[in-house]
Amino acid sequence: MIEARGLSKRFHDKKRGEISAVETVSFTCQAGSIYGLLGANGAGKTTTLRMLATILEPTDGTALVFGHDIVEHPEKVRASIGFLSTATALYPRLTAQEMVEYFGRLNGLDEGTLKRRVDDIFKRLEMDSFRDRRCDKLSTGMKQKTSIARTLVHDPPVMIFDEPTLGLDIMAARTIVAFIRECRENGKTVIFSTHVMSEVEKLCDVIGIIHNGALLAEGTPAELRDKYSESDLEEIFMKVVTPHTAVEVA
Amino acid sequence: MARHNIGIVYRKELMEALRDRRTLISTILVPILVFPVLTVGVGSVAISLIGEASRQPSKIMILGGKDSPAIVDSLRQVKNLIVVPESANYTDMISNKKIRAAVEIPPGLQNTSGDSYPAVKIYIFSGDLKSSFAATRIEKFFMEYRDARARERLSEQHLPTSLLKSFEIKQQNVVSAEKVAGETFGGIIPYLVIIMCLTGAMYPAMDLTAGEKERATMETILSSPVSRTHLVLGKFFLVLTASLVTAALAVTSMGVSSRVFQHFQNQQGEESIHIPIGLGAVLSVFLVALPLAVMFSAALITISLFAKSYKEAQSYISPLMIIVIVPAVAAMLPGIELTPQLSLIPILNVSLLCKDLIAGTYHWNSILLIFLSTCVYAAAAIFLAIKMFHRESVLFRS
Repeated sequence: MIEARGLSKRFHDKKRGEISAVETVSFTCQAGSIYGLLGANGAGKTTTLRMLATILEPTDGTALVFGHDIVEHPEKVRASIGFLSTATALYPRLTAQEMVEYFGRLNGLDEGTLKRRVDDIFKRLEMDSFRDRRCDKLSTGMKQKTSIARTLVHDPPVMIFDEPTLGLDIMAARTIVAFIRECRENGKTVIFSTHVMSEVEKLCDVIGIIHNGALLAEGTPAELRDKYSESDLEEIFMKVVTPHTAVEVA
Repeated sequence: MARHNIGIVYRKELMEALRDRRTLISTILVPILVFPVLTVGVGSVAISLIGEASRQPSKIMILGGKDSPAIVDSLRQVKNLIVVPESANYTDMISNKKIRAAVEIPPGLQNTSGDSYPAVKIYIFSGDLKSSFAATRIEKFFMEYRDARARERLSEQHLPTSLLKSFEIKQQNVVSAEKVAGETFGGIIPYLVIIMCLTGAMYPAMDLTAGEKERATMETILSSPVSRTHLVLGKFFLVLTASLVTAALAVTSMGVSSRVFQHFQNQQGEESIHIPIGLGAVLSVFLVALPLAVMFSAALITISLFAKSYKEAQSYISPLMIIVIVPAVAAMLPGIELTPQLSLIPILNVSLLCKDLIAGTYHWNSILLIFLSTCVYAAAAIFLAIKMFHRESVLFRS
């Protein structure tokens, strides 16, 4: 389970002064469900997920990830998560197998367990044909599979995906979407950010709409449709964010 | 699990470094090749060019000397001197290298009684090797002529020719060959070790920090359970390894290539320079330079981490070369000796101490002071590198 409690993040910019990227965001993401964080570019999705992954430290507030406080025990949090984004690339000079093994070892797996886990994942993701190929020689799809294997090697209970399909072709994107579904079926807690409405509709059990760093609306797709009297998710999104955008322009 | 992660990070970085052509070139190939190329290559080419220049005949001009025909005739007979006709624009001809020197014979030189001291002037192109060879040949001729005249006169007066050289002046070295070598060449080895410690660390430091940002793998590793302190220490040990390997290979290569060069000189029948620097002295230089390599590695990681890309890191690090070269070169200058004040100046202190160590001089107080002060600087650099790895504004600078 993920429980965000008033998460805030402010950055200092030399030209613009203090910038609030995320402002008191709170939500709960249950095990065995997918929470979709929906927002435009710059809405605060990446910053929120980076805080949950303890890559960034919150300015205020905190979150519990699989029962571990992100501020108090960041290393325990990272041992409980698999984090995948377009900014989490592979080491080009390692082979696919070495890449996955490296992260398995950093997650404290002993050599026997690591071998079993790697063999199992490579078989399941059909990666055996390129396990000894260097990552810089892999196709986009192969890279995606290797990244997935990297996040799965220590069998984390929580998965965090930051715009995982951004820039991918349809085949690679489908691999990711199928993987996210599989995580839910295996009882994992899944949170992912996107600005692609179709992905949200296909995958999410709960949707949070984030804009200008604030969580403006939250609920199941059915709840949001009822509340905003719209069937189309894109229309719901526009109804939620437009008043706040208008205020800003004025 | 925690400390164990330093080793895991180190082994992974080592594996990647050994597969990177650029790292292999800067850490292994360059230090191995640079000295053979400089000594055997450039050195032997320089020696053969100088040898060829010394064997070539020199074109010279004789100014005056009409009343000294015997001298002029003898001068024309000198081997490797070609006398060209006298001309008023001899300075231009020397300047344009059409002739290498001109000699002005003063009036009445041949018949001088010995009561007056007329001067023979040699006009040269200062700094031009061929001009200096021509001047040496002319000077040798006139010195022999002067001595012959003096001997003739002494003989006429029935005086012994030994009067010409009533006593000799000799210098005698009283210091061991090691100390002489230390004083003469002692500055080169520390300079080499210091510069190679820096250059060997440069590329891996940039690759493991700015390179990681550029390849978008920084976020990947930051999402793993390894702590940032252990991550930076794993990277630091790899950079330190590269630094020490580069320096060790450079010194080994220099030792081997200087031996080969000596052998080459011996075969050519030329006098070779023997540098009696022991392995113990070289090892003690490495021991003293170890904290300096630590300081360089940590400082390079800190600086490179600021950069967003490999290219940006290069522009930050290039000025560091000058900061390191200046004190390293300063120690090679004659007259600069180790003092308590200089013992606290980083790089310069190690460089001066190493010079003493090569010469076999061990001032234990200085050794302790320099080793400890460099360890303090190194610890400060590591601390700074760890602090930088905890700063989000540095890691995610955009």
